Amino acid sequence: MSYDERVDGRGITETRPIEAKAGVIPNADGSAYFKIGNTWAYAAVYGPKNIYPKFLSDPTKGVLRVKYNMMPFSSGGDRVRPGTNRRGKEISMVTEKSLLPVVDLKHFPNSVVDIFIELPQTDAGTRCAGITAAAMALADAGIMMKDMVASVAVGRVDDKVVVDLNYEEEAYENENGVADIPIAMIPSTGEVTLLQMDGHLTKEQLSESLRLAHDSIIEINKIQRKALKDKYEVSKNEE
Amino acid sequence: MKNNHMLKYLSNGIRYDGRKFTEYRDVSVEAGIIKNAHGSARVKIGKTEVIAGIKLEVGKPYPDRPDEGSMMINVELLPLSSPHFESGPPSEAAIELARVVDRGIRESESIDVKKLCIVPKEHVWIVVVDICTINADGNLFDAISLATLAAIKNARLPELDEDYNIDYKNFTDKELPLTMMPVEVTVIKVGQNLIVDPTAEEEECLSARLSVAVTDDGSLCALQKGGEGSLSPKEIEEMVDLAIEKSAMLRSKI
Repeated sequence: MSYDERVDGRGITETRPIEAKAGVIPNADGSAYFKIGNTWAYAAVYGPKNIYPKFLSDPTKGVLRVKYNMMPFSSGGDRVRPGTNRRGKEISMVTEKSLLPVVDLKHFPNSVVDIFIELPQTDAGTRCAGITAAAMALADAGIMMKDMVASVAVGRVDDKVVVDLNYEEEAYENENGVADIPIAMIPSTGEVTLLQMDGHLTKEQLSESLRLAHDSIIEINKIQRKALKDKYEVSKNEE
Repeated sequence: MKNNHMLKYLSNGIRYDGRKFTEYRDVSVEAGIIKNAHGSARVKIGKTEVIAGIKLEVGKPYPDRPDEGSMMINVELLPLSSPHFESGPPSEAAIELARVVDRGIRESESIDVKKLCIVPKEHVWIVVVDICTINADGNLFDAISLATLAAIKNARLPELDEDYNIDYKNFTDKELPLTMMPVEVTVIKVGQNLIVDPTAEEEECLSARLSVAVTDDGSLCALQKGGEGSLSPKEIEEMVDLAIEKSAMLRSKI
């Protein structure tokens, strides 16, 4: 048996419908939301600002600090208890690392840029949506960046490598199992800034996954850029 | 300084954003925005935005109330929504907000808890309402109360299997037993002026605050005085009058 038709009828390289908007949280220095299918991420940037506690400061450059959190009612199952958990800590950490290669904070020594990622609704691919929203929020905040970062999960379902798995697909039962590979890239160069995987994969399937991810990330990046441009065009019209 | 400047402004009968003392910012309510929640709503009051979501749980009733379900309200003042909010356990402000909104609904008996009973002594519905702030620009009491009510009204009970486990994929068309809409109206005192729907900037200058939960028939079901200053009985009467007057407008948005 081969995985010929996806559970929601999408094409192999087709992402779920995407909606992105920048400047959605007026209190923040930069903000955005990114929706992909039923997964929905908000990101807000505060800073550069003084860092507390002081011992976390770096005299050579600003510090990037990410906090990823699922809202209590966001999951498809039981309520998520508020507060920190191991999963959230790890995702916060890998998100931070996925953004650092493009962010330039050398002009802000001893300060911090905080990114808060919140998920009102989740259906797989939440860290990818969070990273994509966070990159938009950083750009919206005017933080110096050499490019954006965009992210998507690619995965092997049975014998096929497909783009942007939803929860039902992640849990798809078959004898070969499912491999889930969240990937973030710098769109212009294809350099990888986030790579995780759980499941089984051949080397060839990994190469194919990276190729499909890059194609998809280039498309997602266009949506990120358009959303950022739209924000400033709207304010032009309002004048 | 900030206070003096605002007082001078208010003495001319005008607020920074041009509103009258008794005027709300634009209020909007959107129900059913979170597909994974059993009920949900987004409320915007000016630049303040909150999302309320409900997860229903099945649990054991309290031994002294074997045929009653229960409700829990939790407020998350997300650091995403304001530079003044920090990560970590709920702050005093978050707990006060949750408890005041909880009292408004509990004391008015707006939710018929007996109808939340599935099997007496064994299984009852527990209604858990979480409210998350997206952008905090003042008057969170009113926004959170409105979002909570709209989410409760929007909620539909999920299907249960034979062991009383929740089926998260399938909903019934049964609603929660909401009998009344006790909306919260907050009036603050800045100098000698009483104003409704304060922005965050106005809240920084308040000497006292009164939140009043008003039921559909105009009676009161919860009160909370806040702030470092005091209120005279006459001022309280004026604030309550204002609250009763404004409550109908807020209720009509749900």
